[in-house]
Amino acid sequence: MLKIESISKTFNPGTINEKKALVDLSLHLAPGDFVTVIGGNGAGKSTMLNAIAGVWPVDAGRIWLDGKDITALPEHRRASLIGRVFQDPMMGTAPNMQLEENLALALRRCQKRGLRWGVTREERAAYREVLKTLGLGLEERLTAKVGLLSGGQRQAVTLLMASLRKPKLLLLDEHTAALDPATAAKVLELSEQIVSENKLTTLMITHNMTDAIRHGNRLIMMNEGNIILDVSGEEKKHLTRQELVDKFAALAGTPIDSDQVLLSQ
Amino acid sequence: MAAYFASLNLLKLARNLPGGISQGIIWGIMALGIYITFRLLDVADLTVDGSFTTGGAVTVMLILGGWPAWAALLIAVLAGLLAGLVTGLLHTKLGIPAILAGILTQFSLYSINLRIMGMAANKAVSVDKYHLLLSSRHIPAAILTGALIALALVSVFYWYFGTEQGSAIRATGNNQAMSRALGINIDTMKVLGLSLSNGIVALAGGLLSQYQGFADINMGRGAIVIGLAAVIIGEVISRPLLGKYLNFYGTLSFTVIGGVIYYLVIVVVLWLRLNSNDLKLFTAVVVALFLAVPYLRGQSKSSFARLKRKGGNEHA
Repeated sequence: MLKIESISKTFNPGTINEKKALVDLSLHLAPGDFVTVIGGNGAGKSTMLNAIAGVWPVDAGRIWLDGKDITALPEHRRASLIGRVFQDPMMGTAPNMQLEENLALALRRCQKRGLRWGVTREERAAYREVLKTLGLGLEERLTAKVGLLSGGQRQAVTLLMASLRKPKLLLLDEHTAALDPATAAKVLELSEQIVSENKLTTLMITHNMTDAIRHGNRLIMMNEGNIILDVSGEEKKHLTRQELVDKFAALAGTPIDSDQVLLSQ
Repeated sequence: MAAYFASLNLLKLARNLPGGISQGIIWGIMALGIYITFRLLDVADLTVDGSFTTGGAVTVMLILGGWPAWAALLIAVLAGLLAGLVTGLLHTKLGIPAILAGILTQFSLYSINLRIMGMAANKAVSVDKYHLLLSSRHIPAAILTGALIALALVSVFYWYFGTEQGSAIRATGNNQAMSRALGINIDTMKVLGLSLSNGIVALAGGLLSQYQGFADINMGRGAIVIGLAAVIIGEVISRPLLGKYLNFYGTLSFTVIGGVIYYLVIVVVLWLRLNSNDLKLFTAVVVALFLAVPYLRGQSKSSFARLKRKGGNEHA
């Protein structure tokens, strides 16, 4: 489904702030793979997701998605294939627009936006139905400005928006990191539900090792712009946090540097 | 003091108010254009000071050339679209910050406007010789025409910004990262919004030039400030007035009404015999105050200064 071949990205090349964010990274995802991504700060997790989403062009390598070479496509053209949820709950929705307008924008992802009415009556009924599945009572607030919703509600809405028009690939970039533990658990549960119902191929970054082990069928660990561990199937199911920490120390040559990774349960 | 008040003539004020209304409607129409950039796209576009004059200049020159007024206005709108297009391309394709791109276009338009007017700083078009859509000589008719045009524009705006394309423009102004992630080409939307905005502004320029019977190279000076004043006055009065019934239609209508109120205030200020040279200072102060009010209101609820006022010295 997703094929990344030897991509590299260096930020601020030739300056004192030069940062090799991705180094010759390759990754293949089979259709329906749900991959969790872990690694210390600056390991290149978000950079990898941004490279796939096309936030900027990569320096080298190629990216295929659904059999199409998307390396040269700008971000808004790749959007037809990719759904995204960001870490910052503010980033995924338009705060001054109504809930139904936000969903309508997402429904028209990469379709021609012409002079037809922005939200139709049939859509409205459909939105009410999908919002019910969130169990947050949002189906009664279709015309509320999204800026009035809480961070957790907004992340849940963003998840819906990312999956409303079934994407070939879903990118979740630490999408629960800014939420309180109870809300984070709820949003994670929703993610699991949406991914399995739609059989979405998914990449999910998390700082929480337990979540990384519990969710998905495959886990990759990143360090210094590359993948240093890739486990799946039975092996992944039986991983423990301690094993991951030990593996990281052995593979990266240093103990895990992020307190957040170590401390989060 | 008493002599000053005695010298004020209420009848004279009443006589001048209709003129304020008609002129206010025209500037209110311009404010609709500014609303697109300032409120929907979230950019302060300074092109308008130039494109307003362009609209006036094109209209007057074409009418002088024998064109019917409505056709001249149409070409004026196209000229305004073009000015906005230039600003949009400078901003999106050449990476120039929006505010600077607008200043550059506005600056260059000064020369272009002079060329349009045949290197004259002022071109008159007499309502006696030409058929104009509206004129300060027939104020009631001008008010009616202006109000009808404003109503038509508000309706078109209401429709357009409810369509898929209009929604995409609003989304771009709201959240660029999200818009890109949803497959919206935000560069295209910005160019589109800036063009539309300046088209409307040029239309207003064309209306004003007919109303006052001439186009002047400086007629657009400060248009952005007057437009902002209209938008903000409209917002400040519509919110308490309409409350939760305030929809997009109401917001747009009150933008035009904001322009009218602004001009009525000007009429009163002039009636009070304040020096008309101080008008721009007066306008700037009013706009600054209205822009500051929402911020200051927020501050009074939560700020360090408030904590300081509340905090005692018991732990000092």
